[in-house]
Amino acid sequence: MDWSALQVSLSLGLGTIAVLLPFGIWLGRLLAVREFRGKLLVEALVTVPLVLPPTVLGFYLLVTFGARSPLGEAFTAFAGQSLAFSFQGLLLASAIANIPFVVQPIQRGFEAIPSDVREAAACCGLTPWQRFWQIELPLAWPGILTAAILAFAHTLGEFGVVLMVGGSIPGETRTLSVAIYDRMQAFDDRGAGIMAAALLAIAITALILTTALSRRAVPRRG
Amino acid sequence: MADRSISVRLHQASPIPLDLDFTCAPGDVLAIFGPSGSGKTTILRSIAGLHRPAQGVVRSGAQTWTDTSAGVFAPPHQRAVGFVFQEYALFPHLTAAGNVMTALGHRPRAERRVRAEQLLAQVHLSSHADRRPAELSGGERQRVAVARALAREPAVLLLDEPFAAVDRDVRRRLQDEIDGLRQTIDVPMILVTHDFDDVVRLATHLLILEKGRAVAWGTLEELTSRPDLPWVRTAVGLGSVFDAVVGRSLPSRGLVELNIGGATLLASDRTLASGTAVRVRIPAREVILANRPPEGISLHNTLAGVVTEVHADAAFEHVIVQLAVGEIQLLAEVTRDAVATLGIASGLPIHALIKSVSIDVVHSHAT
Repeated sequence: MDWSALQVSLSLGLGTIAVLLPFGIWLGRLLAVREFRGKLLVEALVTVPLVLPPTVLGFYLLVTFGARSPLGEAFTAFAGQSLAFSFQGLLLASAIANIPFVVQPIQRGFEAIPSDVREAAACCGLTPWQRFWQIELPLAWPGILTAAILAFAHTLGEFGVVLMVGGSIPGETRTLSVAIYDRMQAFDDRGAGIMAAALLAIAITALILTTALSRRAVPRRG
Repeated sequence: MADRSISVRLHQASPIPLDLDFTCAPGDVLAIFGPSGSGKTTILRSIAGLHRPAQGVVRSGAQTWTDTSAGVFAPPHQRAVGFVFQEYALFPHLTAAGNVMTALGHRPRAERRVRAEQLLAQVHLSSHADRRPAELSGGERQRVAVARALAREPAVLLLDEPFAAVDRDVRRRLQDEIDGLRQTIDVPMILVTHDFDDVVRLATHLLILEKGRAVAWGTLEELTSRPDLPWVRTAVGLGSVFDAVVGRSLPSRGLVELNIGGATLLASDRTLASGTAVRVRIPAREVILANRPPEGISLHNTLAGVVTEVHADAAFEHVIVQLAVGEIQLLAEVTRDAVATLGIASGLPIHALIKSVSIDVVHSHAT
């Protein structure tokens, strides 16, 4: 069992949620409640990582993160290390690859709030910020939870993007799914099997957790 | 006392055309009545700040909430508006008390729970304070919505088809509840409805809306005795509405005396007690006109009056005759033939014959 790979996988999964959830809530809510020019384009762009082969996405991200790209240069100047083949680069890539898995459920969650409920909150004297915290967020909670679980599960299973952007540096960018592939290449079926079982266990735990939490969620409509 | 009336002037061509101007004083209930799609709800939304009209002014007492020419537009949470939504729009994740407490943000945190319970008690829902909307019946949800609207201590109470989603029996009780509210809270109330029953039971004033245009606005008595409102005529039939007081009760004859503006009518009723305030509607179709008072007839009400207007609209088969009886005005719907035979014209003395069973007596059970 490659414990460092497990740690990288879990850090990457939780890190992706932490980075992506605030952005996903902002964009998902925007897409749900506002009409604006270019909304269709934004919705299409959000879906792109879903339909692109992970290796293609990984390739473009690698080019963007490379030492000679503006982003890569800026990061190197700031952090003193390269963005490509680092955990930070992997985290950024993972966040981008997970945008559709996070934004879409959150958008559906906010869309499910009837507009008159939103308006009633305003007529109760709540400021936009109070409406968001007291009414919208609790009601969109099932969608946000789904988004977090999907992002986590998808990050654990991500292979192509991780390999392209992160390589397979132990303790830094080698995740469980990459480690399983490495073990199989080395004809270590037993090592691969243990890690596969670990991933399976994590996936089942995550699903049980989701079900339990969403049972506690409130009925949709009063 | 400072004027706490709400005054509204709206004008826009789209998305829904609006062209109207009205005011509503504390204690008055203005019913906005018109066909669906006429823009009734948009008026309420414009008052609450949920809709920004192309041109308009909304004033509540000394406060200006909207004034498009001056660029003033207060957002909804800065307007002291109590809004009861058509589908109630309760917060499904909060209990009844939680829903009410949400609108108590202007009160100190420690007081909110107690105040919410008081408001729920006011709408007779104390025992359900800890229930979520999904666990309440339609009528109970409506009452939570009313309590929540009152919690804000609103300067105006807006009710959007508040009885549309409940059945007939519950509707009656809720109507009485709203009527009782009118007596306890001293703010203007604006009620949007497409059901004339709500108007007769609750309104003091009426605004008739057609395609966004206010075709008539005035007191209920004044508007219901106007012969020239074709939409009302088609939708509900014309008929004057009056406030009356029960005079003598004559249970042995199954009748009560109703005193209306100096005139006395006999209506068929065994239950009303002397002194009770009621509302009376006399459908124009039920009023018979005669040149001389008839004799030897089962009729209880023969009122002497004078014809004030003869309204013959080419779009309608019958003629509407308006007549003054004492201080009140009645409408009678008669055939063109009857107008010719009796020689009905403005100024003609006439007798209105009304069966006691034809008088609709509306009695609120509000406490």
